[in-house]
Amino acid sequence: MSVDTALRPHAEDAFAHELKALAASDDRPRPARWNLSPWAVATYLLGGELPDGTVVTPKYVGPRRIVEVAVSTLATDRALLLLGVPGTAKTWVSEHLAAAVSGDSTLLVQGTAGTPEEAIRYGWNYARLLTGGPSREALVPGPVMRAMAEGRIARVEELTRIPADVQDTLITILSEKTLPIPELGTETQAVRGFNVIATANDRDRGVNDLSSALRRRFNTVVLPLPATVEEEVDIVSRRVGQLGRSLELPAAPEGADEIRRVVTVFRELRGGVTADGRTKVKSPSGTLSTAEAISVVTNGLALAAHFGDGVLRAGDVAAGILGAVVRDPAADRVVWQEYLETVVREREGWKDFYRACREVTP
Amino acid sequence: MTSADGVALLGVRHHGPGSARGVRAALDRLEPPIVLVEGPPEADAVLGLAADPGMRPPVALLAHVVDEPSRAGFWPFAEFSPEWAAIRWAAGRGVPVRFIDLPAAHSLLLRDEGDAPEGRQTEGGGKGEEEGGGEGEAGTAHARIDPLAVLARTAGHDDPERWWEDAVEHRGRDGRGEGDGDPLAAFGALAEAMGALREIHGDGGHPRDAVREAHMRLRIREARRAHERVAVVCGAWHVPALARAGGVTADRALLKGLPKAKVEVTWVPWTHRRLTRASGYGAGIDSPGWYRHLFTSSDRPVARWMTKVAGLLREEDLPVSSAHVIEAVRLADTLAALRGRPLPGLGETTDAVRAVMCDGSDVPLALIRDRLVVGDVLGEVPEGAPAVPLARDLAREQRRLRIKPEALEKEVDLDLRKDTDAGRSRLLHRLRMLGIGWGEPSRSRTAATGTFRESWRLRWEPELAVAVAEAGVWGTTVESAATARAEDAAVNARALAEVTGLAERCLLAGLPDALPTVMRVLADRAALDTDVAHLAQALPALVRSLRYGDVRGTDAGALRGVAEGLAERICVGLPPACAGLDADGAAEMRGHVTEVQQALVLLGDDALRDRWAGVLRKLAVRDRGVPGLLRGGAARLLLDDARLEPGEVARLMGLALSHGTAPHEAAAWVEGFLAGGGMLLVHDERLLALVDDWLSAVPAAAFDDVLPLLRRTFGGFDPGVRRTVGELVRRGPGGGGGGDAAGDGLPGFGPEPDEERAEAALSTVRLLLGPGGEGGGQDA
Repeated sequence: MSVDTALRPHAEDAFAHELKALAASDDRPRPARWNLSPWAVATYLLGGELPDGTVVTPKYVGPRRIVEVAVSTLATDRALLLLGVPGTAKTWVSEHLAAAVSGDSTLLVQGTAGTPEEAIRYGWNYARLLTGGPSREALVPGPVMRAMAEGRIARVEELTRIPADVQDTLITILSEKTLPIPELGTETQAVRGFNVIATANDRDRGVNDLSSALRRRFNTVVLPLPATVEEEVDIVSRRVGQLGRSLELPAAPEGADEIRRVVTVFRELRGGVTADGRTKVKSPSGTLSTAEAISVVTNGLALAAHFGDGVLRAGDVAAGILGAVVRDPAADRVVWQEYLETVVREREGWKDFYRACREVTP
Repeated sequence: MTSADGVALLGVRHHGPGSARGVRAALDRLEPPIVLVEGPPEADAVLGLAADPGMRPPVALLAHVVDEPSRAGFWPFAEFSPEWAAIRWAAGRGVPVRFIDLPAAHSLLLRDEGDAPEGRQTEGGGKGEEEGGGEGEAGTAHARIDPLAVLARTAGHDDPERWWEDAVEHRGRDGRGEGDGDPLAAFGALAEAMGALREIHGDGGHPRDAVREAHMRLRIREARRAHERVAVVCGAWHVPALARAGGVTADRALLKGLPKAKVEVTWVPWTHRRLTRASGYGAGIDSPGWYRHLFTSSDRPVARWMTKVAGLLREEDLPVSSAHVIEAVRLADTLAALRGRPLPGLGETTDAVRAVMCDGSDVPLALIRDRLVVGDVLGEVPEGAPAVPLARDLAREQRRLRIKPEALEKEVDLDLRKDTDAGRSRLLHRLRMLGIGWGEPSRSRTAATGTFRESWRLRWEPELAVAVAEAGVWGTTVESAATARAEDAAVNARALAEVTGLAERCLLAGLPDALPTVMRVLADRAALDTDVAHLAQALPALVRSLRYGDVRGTDAGALRGVAEGLAERICVGLPPACAGLDADGAAEMRGHVTEVQQALVLLGDDALRDRWAGVLRKLAVRDRGVPGLLRGGAARLLLDDARLEPGEVARLMGLALSHGTAPHEAAAWVEGFLAGGGMLLVHDERLLALVDDWLSAVPAAAFDDVLPLLRRTFGGFDPGVRRTVGELVRRGPGGGGGGDAAGDGLPGFGPEPDEERAEAALSTVRLLLGPGGEGGGQDA
């Protein structure tokens, strides 16, 4: 039903036919309450062709190892922590894993600075609580509690945004696999098949680092940034195109060169080595994620459209890049200037870019 | 496979632990009266040493042409090499072992003819020659056909190493023990597969193999005549060719007319690091430490491995508990099942360690790779092993340069303009690079400090022979060994200045081949070093090296590029680095600034000097944050370099010494400015007047603070200068104030020469200049 009308259907609805075909052809052993065998889950994420001719589209484009380790982790009933900078498809992977394993990606706790303990454990129906006192009926189970009871995968998004004391609620759940309800003197025990996938951003500031007690209960998989310039340029131009349409900015096919330059600068500074692999450079304190590259280009497009001649030029992105790179005014500025003087200045065809950057660099 | 004719061909993968186990089991079963092994027959003479208790693998057979040690080949053996297993098996039972490959006497010469276009062999003289007879197939990454890759692809695997591990190395591991089943069956199956491959691919792009295999066939036949049964351990690739019943005549014909050299063979210690591909010597395995673990651990290799990893991480203060080990083993097992492998391999264990013990980070993994997967194992060779070619090369060099090793200490002075002396200097520097302390540079007693003179104190201690033997791992000639050692030192250097020092030593020792590596490391280090002081320390040595390079005619283009990059980085980083320094930090930085200034003058790049002047100007005019010492120093350097007008300097000094500035800060400025010598004050009365006015205005309370600084500043002047300054001050602002004397004549001098006083000096000056010598010599 919701597939047609929903703005964004859930993974298990959008790819229902693939999951069905996989389940049909899957004859390998499945862990308790898993809809598919680990091998089939990996195939669902990485794509492939089934014996019956169904083509499974790849959901995650990246190293195979990542998906294999993630699926194996879930199969060993250890909790899975997906780490990565913004724009590395953490949420996407977690949603599809949950959809493939449990057929349900909706048992979700969205982590924010204001996430209370009740969101992870349970809340109360206050009308009932007041009339009848604490009872099972008055209890409103949270997503994690429901997942425990039903033996499904629960998802916790942005785990590190959740205050540390609330995070630690997960410790009992993950180590004892039980959730005590002291008000009733009972507990909910996890059914086999229950597990948790958490996502977290490892390079953002203002986050609450996991306590080591909690960290120990997770297997950690770091989702890498796009492996090649081509891949990243592709991602950036695609997203910029989508964003530009909704902001009614002119499309910028001529700007592809500028996008490539932005991506190159970001990759070089992030990776600490120039694209040709010859020269090392220092890395600034900022993340320089793909998401930031997208916003730099979008910003540049807006500048070009409203104040320029509509063509994306070096001058339109220079200020944006400076803002993304120089987060710490003292240390990062040196990094940026060194990069400009030792790498950009001598690069062929980058004269305009160098000049534009020099202009905006104080 | 056991042929009916009594020859058992055991095809192996060089350095495969599973193959080694298989060979051991097969030999136990066969009990052959003689074992033949693929390797240079010249080594039969030193094979007895393999049973010596002082011999500990990894070791390598080193064969070299007698009068040309740079023409050499290595045949490395690790504990887990099947060949080594066969040799040890035979030694334990007193069974004779023979090497049957083409003699090194031919192969060392053939290599140069046949493989020259490959490029790899020609690059480094004595190194990189591992390929030899011993490493024909599985190991080396040539553009030729890789039989394992073909087999793996046929079996539907993309990674040949992994396929081999699954199909061969891991066989029998899960069933606990290799005794079950026929130990020979695996060899039979492998031989069959290789046979099919060779039917399709022929020699697979190894044309020299035909000659080698012909030789091996002849030797096998010879052994078979003498013995009932024969076991042969060779690369799996050769098995089908050796099994073929070929014509003896044809084989003999193939071997006719091969070039031949006089060759000597010895054992040298080897390391695990050299067994890896990355080192360039590569016998072609990525993970010797892991293989050794597989070979030596009695059971549950994965659990034992994880425990080792946990131990290493704990040593590095990472919190790893037994629970981590358990989870890692479980994850590795699950991963292996998911990937359809019989047992977890290195890939699975690494993935599991990363996810469970390292929080997904690759940083600790690099450590694990370095210490465990590769490992720091160093082999040992018994004392009785023949001398290494390095010692011969050294002896020859000593003869050539007529410089005898003597136990008595003696001093020598070398004149680098003479060829022999320059050669001696290079030799001594190279030996120092290798840690052979025969000569120590000493300060010369006779000669002045010219760049073309060097003094050494020589003394040959008997222990140095051991040092020479040890240095034998690095190469077969003094030059190639020193080059390899320098490259290694560069890669492992900790501080930037260490690498620049190394670059200097490379030039002194005449090791141009090591320079590219050293320069690359240097550039990388410089790029990542955030401490301007480090960069500033490195620059002078580098610029000096550049000058040596010019003197000795080496190509210093790369060096110049790195030096300029370094200077560029200093220019960018200096202003922020000068902010907020305390007195000690400022004094240190002031020293660096002066050194960089001198280095840049030597470097002689105008654009860079302009840029540097801009940086100094920025320092000089900035009034907040930068210590007075540095601002004064920068102003002085600019003035000396004529980049700042005297009037502008006076303005800066006025600013620095005005009432708004704290007295001790002003005193620091004066110190920085005058550290370059006080003559300036004598010549420019405006500056003297400024200092004088400021000093008289210092409040009494602050005077005590300022006094030590000023005492230090003025105490450093020549007594003559001090006296003149004192006289000038006592005379007071002569001739009507310092400020407006600027127009006529030099400041500090009267408008007209004082004829009477000049007359007194005139005769002496005339004497100095000589009768007609008006031209030149005015700065004397």
